[in-house]
Amino acid sequence: MRSRLDPAAIGGVMYRDLVIFVRYWKSRTFSSVVEPTIYLLAFGFGFGALVAKVDGIDYVEFVGTGVVATAVLFSSAFSGMFDTFIKRKYQRTYDALLAAPVDPGDVVTGEVTSIALKGAVYCMAPLLVAIVFGLDPSPWIVVVPVIGFVTGFGWASFGVTAAAIVPSIDTFNYIISAVITPLFLVAGTFFPIDTLPGWAQGLAQINPLYHTVQLVRAAVFDQWVPADLWHAAALLVFAVALWRIAIWRLGRRLID
Amino acid sequence: MTRVSASPAIALRGVRKSFGPIVAVDGLDLDVPEGVCLGLLGPNGAGKSTTMRMLTAQAVADAGEVRVLGFELPRDSKRSRAQCGVVPQEDNLDVDLTARQNLEVFARLYRIPRRERGAAVDRALALARLTGRADARADELSGGMRRRLLIARGLIHRPRLVLLDEPTVGLDPQVRQDLWTLIDGLRNQGTTVLMSTHYIEEAERLADTVAIMAEGRIVAEGRPSELVRRHAGAETLEVYGPPARLEDVRSSAESAGYRVRRSGPAVAIVGAERNGGLPHGERRAATLEDVFVLLTGEEGG
Repeated sequence: MRSRLDPAAIGGVMYRDLVIFVRYWKSRTFSSVVEPTIYLLAFGFGFGALVAKVDGIDYVEFVGTGVVATAVLFSSAFSGMFDTFIKRKYQRTYDALLAAPVDPGDVVTGEVTSIALKGAVYCMAPLLVAIVFGLDPSPWIVVVPVIGFVTGFGWASFGVTAAAIVPSIDTFNYIISAVITPLFLVAGTFFPIDTLPGWAQGLAQINPLYHTVQLVRAAVFDQWVPADLWHAAALLVFAVALWRIAIWRLGRRLID
Repeated sequence: MTRVSASPAIALRGVRKSFGPIVAVDGLDLDVPEGVCLGLLGPNGAGKSTTMRMLTAQAVADAGEVRVLGFELPRDSKRSRAQCGVVPQEDNLDVDLTARQNLEVFARLYRIPRRERGAAVDRALALARLTGRADARADELSGGMRRRLLIARGLIHRPRLVLLDEPTVGLDPQVRQDLWTLIDGLRNQGTTVLMSTHYIEEAERLADTVAIMAEGRIVAEGRPSELVRRHAGAETLEVYGPPARLEDVRSSAESAGYRVRRSGPAVAIVGAERNGGLPHGERRAATLEDVFVLLTGEEGG
């Protein structure tokens, strides 16, 4: 059942997300904004007292740009995992959608686009905080929401894939501890990866979050280098590949 | 409105579906002509729900042919689903949304044009008799209200074909009566309805045609009265007594060539109008329940 993108079906799924977001936007926005801000303040001022500059950048600004990726990761991967799992298993929302003229591809595309749009907005929160503490961004800051959207699209798809595969909600603990936490720490968010041993630097290259961090810093400090093409390509491949995998796995799970 | 159509609304041919070692549907053949309300009657585990899910391609047959509204499934299922209304057995309303919002989401999913959406939602609310509770969240509604909302959600786009999976399971009698009126209204409008149920009374009251399903296939099909006449005859004799006596009654009736079934505390001798060598008991008209138990077994699912 290969299907093309169906704007009416995707729009219907996103309309549902919008109605729910309007109801819960306060709590959602609070956790998505406050958490990365706490990281920024804790690390920025905690380590900032010990480390004045990293790669010629004030440490607070280094972390402020790095935490953009964290904000997107947390808001999109966790939404993808928990919301999808609850809707598929407990609320049976997806059974209702698939009985209407909506295919698994429409469900996944609508859900991850909604989540990615939120990520694109929430990812600006740490930058605003950093600006309050003296960050002076380049005009390229306007592409940060685009980077946030692509990152969020990929991580939301990752979350949907995880939600389609896991047998119970407890299994998410393994995914969070074994996948998300290491990727979030080894992404150049809090310390540059070139201080790491060679093998860990190699691993960072396959960490999508690392590419997000590099692109955000390039944009905010207007320090574009040729390697940013590689970062952009890697991030896009990650997002598209995970999106296709999410459609495949959720379809397998929902259709007997 | 009468529609002249060569092909039936639903046509199933040799459909099979297994889940691992369990065969849920085993060579099912079924036609539902346009404009008919067909009751798919069977005990739990007969394969009714799997059959219903195959009609929306939420389950894909291992073998056989599934055609709905002329579309071949699963290939063209999206186009057939656009013209089907589905009422699932399990309540899957969006509990975070209000009654109105639940309907608005599906008005979009069913591609009701923007300027007609408001009227369609209002009409569905009226059908569910929830106009006054339109802004209550789904989880604040009573069980009966939620069921009505679930049905109205499946009818919002005026579907050609309505699929009802156990529409009144687990509801109290008042609510069931209420829903029966609603379903009967659909039938009177000429909408094609396929309704699965394990309640005999429900099938008898609402369905033009009943198809009895057991172990994954159709074992009998026809108008309820016709099924009774064909499979149970005119009269059934119910004999009450202590278990030991009932065993005797049963074995002697069976050796006299009668078909016998358990009927609560009694033994029911089917086809009693033949009238030879029967003990005393209460005579009553044969029912669809007699047919159902004879054809699907006494054990149940």
